[in-house]
Amino acid sequence: MSNDINKKNATLKESATFDRATMAEIRRAAETGIYDIRGFGAKRKVPHFDDLLFLGASMSRYPLEGYRETCNTSVTLGDRFAKKPIVLDTPVTIAGMSFGALSANAKEALGRGASIAGTSTTTGDGGMTPEERGQSKKLVYQYLPSRYGMNPDDLRKADAIEVVLGQGAKPGGGGMLLGQKITDRVAKMRNLPKGIDQRSACRHPDWTGPDDLAIKIQELREITDWQVPIYIKVGATRTYYDVKLAVKAGADVIVVDGMQGGTAATQDVFIEHVGIPTMAAIPQAVQALQEMGMHRKVQLIVSGGIRNGADVAKCMALGADAVAIGTAALVALGCNDPRWEEDYQKIGSAAGFYDDYQEGKDPAGISTQDPELMKRLDPVAAGNRLANYLRVLTLEAQTLARACGKNDLRNLEPEDLVALNVEAAAMARVPLAGTTWIPGQQY
Amino acid sequence: MKEFDLATTTVRELNQALHEQASDVTEKEWTVTNPKGSHNLAVGLDAPVNVAIQGHAGYFCAGMNKSANVTVHGNAGQGVAENMMSGVVRVKGDASQAAGATAQGGLLVIEGNAGARCGISMKGVDIVVKGSVGHMSCFMGQSGSLVVCGDAGEALGDSLYEVHIYVKGSVKSLGADCIEKEMRAEHIEELTGLLAKAGVEEDPAAFTRYGSARQLYTFKVDNASAY
Repeated sequence: MSNDINKKNATLKESATFDRATMAEIRRAAETGIYDIRGFGAKRKVPHFDDLLFLGASMSRYPLEGYRETCNTSVTLGDRFAKKPIVLDTPVTIAGMSFGALSANAKEALGRGASIAGTSTTTGDGGMTPEERGQSKKLVYQYLPSRYGMNPDDLRKADAIEVVLGQGAKPGGGGMLLGQKITDRVAKMRNLPKGIDQRSACRHPDWTGPDDLAIKIQELREITDWQVPIYIKVGATRTYYDVKLAVKAGADVIVVDGMQGGTAATQDVFIEHVGIPTMAAIPQAVQALQEMGMHRKVQLIVSGGIRNGADVAKCMALGADAVAIGTAALVALGCNDPRWEEDYQKIGSAAGFYDDYQEGKDPAGISTQDPELMKRLDPVAAGNRLANYLRVLTLEAQTLARACGKNDLRNLEPEDLVALNVEAAAMARVPLAGTTWIPGQQY
Repeated sequence: MKEFDLATTTVRELNQALHEQASDVTEKEWTVTNPKGSHNLAVGLDAPVNVAIQGHAGYFCAGMNKSANVTVHGNAGQGVAENMMSGVVRVKGDASQAAGATAQGGLLVIEGNAGARCGISMKGVDIVVKGSVGHMSCFMGQSGSLVVCGDAGEALGDSLYEVHIYVKGSVKSLGADCIEKEMRAEHIEELTGLLAKAGVEEDPAAFTRYGSARQLYTFKVDNASAY
């Protein structure tokens, strides 16, 4: 649009500081007196995996044949203490998203797609639905501050338990499910009246700090007879310290969610201004694990802005054991699909831009509890789309790993990477392309 | 009577043995000696057994209890009966903070005092405290009843949803959206039943009822100063 205007009048100059989106937000704030709440993740540009490149094999490295030689993608999560660790065929897992924020059909589709692809999916605030449990071969049960829908029966049905301390979109913040999405079923699962706004607390109600958390984790292990892995999920901020404390508290698996990670609803100012990029968090987490002698013993799952197999491979090369996807999984189901363009326009948005998940009017039938809209999402077809997408992510990551001469995705290493710019080199702790220079490190 | 002496066995062995009662109750009466403040005693029970803990319990005693009747003959640490689903948990002494946190059913009786945040985010449990409760009790309480025979600390019932709160003594202050409410006949009846169920002799007419003003149920910018 900017170019169109400039073509008409080349003397017009838009302010980089007060651009049109910024001015529109000032006008919106002045009009309403309330901050902007929305879903999705950070939309600002931050240093990301696109700023990294792989060094494919040539003379000094020996590549693997793409269609002949195997490249392992399976990963075992949670073998530190659990009697039954989770074994996945692909290291790409589905991140926690709640029933309530998402429709039952969407949750079922996530379970179906993940199961076809041989990976796990994750519950969210609001508890476990039978559809989700039934369709998910490997289901991670989130243990959240609100404890909405949390009960020991479902806890015992889970294949792993994820204690959520925070998420990348809003580290330090709770949540709010607005009344328009609180149907009879959602209300019943959460023990609250229908139609009222439901606050999800930002802190757990019965423990404070890492020493208490160690006892809480022991309680969860006792209740489940030490059968299933216990994950700790944190939003990426002071990742080095958080990971060390999570290991000390007894986690089997640590999930680090970068600032590009999505949410169902929170303040825009929170999404865009709190947390650090996923790429910056991984080296901090890996350093913490390595210093404790726990890298690969306590597995690291990273999430936030992962879109393709290259992103997956780069996370693995930086030291992650697996990744989780949320926003990308919803897009694979049909979120923001241009086929609903007319309906997006009707609610003041556009395909590719829709982020008002909190309003429950999602034309794609995903982030809604509206019975008519929900019908638009066929859980079988959507599950198949997700499975296809997961296959592509895995194949792409394998392609890159083979090119680097690796017969296992987890054999990728930082030495396989270079950075395109100084910021990425400093954050990812890999050399600037064409140099041996890693900012902040001696050379 | 099955006796577990924690001086010679572990909490793991105790809980494992109690969990095995979920499929088939082979022993109804259990007693635990020498608990010495151990954490996570009798957690995740799912059987109609009676468990007597002869001494002080640490954190999360009887956490997520279903069906069992657990009595602590001493004090209980943080989060006693957290997320209880059903059954009865009774603490003969005092309970630390977050007693009955997020509990969805059953009855929690504390014969002494309870610390801060008693009944935080409670979701259907009935809690009866013979003594007093600390600050921020029933914070974000969703449903169920909290009966306090002594006094309540600051910010009682902050951001309350639908819990019925009855306090006999003084309330230092009420939290956001918590107000004093009329004690009607149905509330006297409910409180009478709760006191009887807990085995506490008090005059229901001496209590004051508190509940949600329901003004913060839907986020409105005009309410921003209330938070």
